[in-house]
Amino acid sequence: MNADWEAVIGLEIHVQLATQSKIFSAAANQFGAPPNSLACPVDLGLPGVLPVLNEAAVRMAVKFGLAIGAEVCERSGFDRKNYFYPDLPKGYQISQLAAPIVGPGRLEVPLDDGAAIDVRIVRAHLEEDAGKSIHDAYAGQTGVDLNRAGTPLLEVVSAPDLHTPEQASACFRQLHSLVRYLGICDGDLSQGSMRCDANVSVRPQGQEALGERTEIKNINSFRFVEKAIRFEIDRQTDRLEAGLPVLRETRLYDAAKDETRPMRGKEFSDDYRYFPDPDLLPVVIDEAFIEAVRTELPELPGARRRRFREEFGLSDYDASWLTREPEVADYFEAATGADGSDAKRIANWVMGELTAKLHRGGLSIDASPVTAGALGRLTARINDQTLSSKTAKIVFDTLWAGAADVDEIIKAQGLRQMQDSAELTALIKDIVAGHPQQAEQFRAGRDKLLGFFVGRVMKATGGKANPRRVNELLKEALGKQE
Amino acid sequence: MACGADMDADDIDIDHLARLAALRLAGDERLAVERDLRRIIALVDEMQAVDTQGVDPLAHPLDATQRLRADEATERVDRERYQAGAPEARDGLYLVPRVVE
Repeated sequence: MNADWEAVIGLEIHVQLATQSKIFSAAANQFGAPPNSLACPVDLGLPGVLPVLNEAAVRMAVKFGLAIGAEVCERSGFDRKNYFYPDLPKGYQISQLAAPIVGPGRLEVPLDDGAAIDVRIVRAHLEEDAGKSIHDAYAGQTGVDLNRAGTPLLEVVSAPDLHTPEQASACFRQLHSLVRYLGICDGDLSQGSMRCDANVSVRPQGQEALGERTEIKNINSFRFVEKAIRFEIDRQTDRLEAGLPVLRETRLYDAAKDETRPMRGKEFSDDYRYFPDPDLLPVVIDEAFIEAVRTELPELPGARRRRFREEFGLSDYDASWLTREPEVADYFEAATGADGSDAKRIANWVMGELTAKLHRGGLSIDASPVTAGALGRLTARINDQTLSSKTAKIVFDTLWAGAADVDEIIKAQGLRQMQDSAELTALIKDIVAGHPQQAEQFRAGRDKLLGFFVGRVMKATGGKANPRRVNELLKEALGKQE
Repeated sequence: MACGADMDADDIDIDHLARLAALRLAGDERLAVERDLRRIIALVDEMQAVDTQGVDPLAHPLDATQRLRADEATERVDRERYQAGAPEARDGLYLVPRVVE
């Protein structure tokens, strides 16, 4: 995008709440069950059924509201959003239009460069998810699986406070982090647990009025949010520069082609004819309920990030990286509890070697064969110079393969670094004596030959000598006249 | 576009409304429905004329509020039975005429 234009982006993020049962029925809320095995009469919209609101869904929405410093509405209500589609059996979706449960709040979004932006959240409301349509399995027919129908959703609507694809993706990521900390969503994007719609418009730099916007629907990964918005900004900018208007429409992102395309057949999609749902009464939440939920709030990602920076002396980037997933932050913090451990070294191991290995093995950090305590002790042994970076890697790999105790591994494999032992001094003396010619040249000023001697010592000790100490001892030994 | 109560009777686009409601109206039905709708809107207009300043909207005559259900998955789903009433089902899926997106 060129500097003459500014993009304006707002997000609507659907968060599937991790309840046991559905929002209005007592059928199980679960992913991956056989088709329609979790669709009860309420979810099917059979005549004569009545929705009854799930308390846990309300509790989770309130928890989210408190976490973004929003006003939790003492009185909220449900409306019907009317449209026809086979995976919406009632012909309407129960949602909240006029009186959402969560009012305006704020989300602090850390960016990759260590800065943070404040994004206003306009509202968050409860609604039910629709089922799933399967279009390609049957000739001339569409299959409908209503297991997902009635899954509780919290739709979080941001203000148009974002201006780059990177900011939008960081905002989505931060919301993901927040709902995982709160324990209100499993955060599994591959299963559709969080889906993002992006409203994108472009205006000349410095212009107050917003340009015409398009909405990109149902983006399900952080990377795709960034790519879809980048494509859309470029597309709109190109049109405006060519003197063409941007049409207000809904578009879908095609990841395979990396482009957005208009959705077909949605010309009436904006006419939902909302009205209050007569099956549901106003939801009244009292102060005691809100205060009870407040006591359940954990330390939130922002607070934890700041604490990690201050308590462990981490950089903005590291603190932000380590606090993104609650399990990673817990692991890091548990590792720092080991005697003599080094927080900065732990951070480097977690962000580097450990994450790479977990990723290759398809494991979550909870299932790491290297326990937090073992990693903490490993860094303690690097700090007290028992291990070099090379031997530390051997210990780490041994822990990964199933061993549990750092000191036992060091002992069993003889990995202890040689320090000031008489053995090392004697060895160096022998090596210097064994190469009188090189020693002579070194003394005559060929400094490079120090490397030759270091190499010999490391070879003779199998890499276990502390290189810095070897340097010192060698200089001492070579400086002496025989 | 909330409840449509601010709609003028002259604005009725019966074909648009029929499409939204997924209704196929034959010629005389179309006229009858349009006539009914005009009368309904006139009734709403009459109600709109009442001064309701300072009156809170009433959600329920007894001022009842929503009861909440404990979050327990107690419902047993009898899929065969529910699908027996569907025009067509296969592999556990309800089958409907193809929807093109």
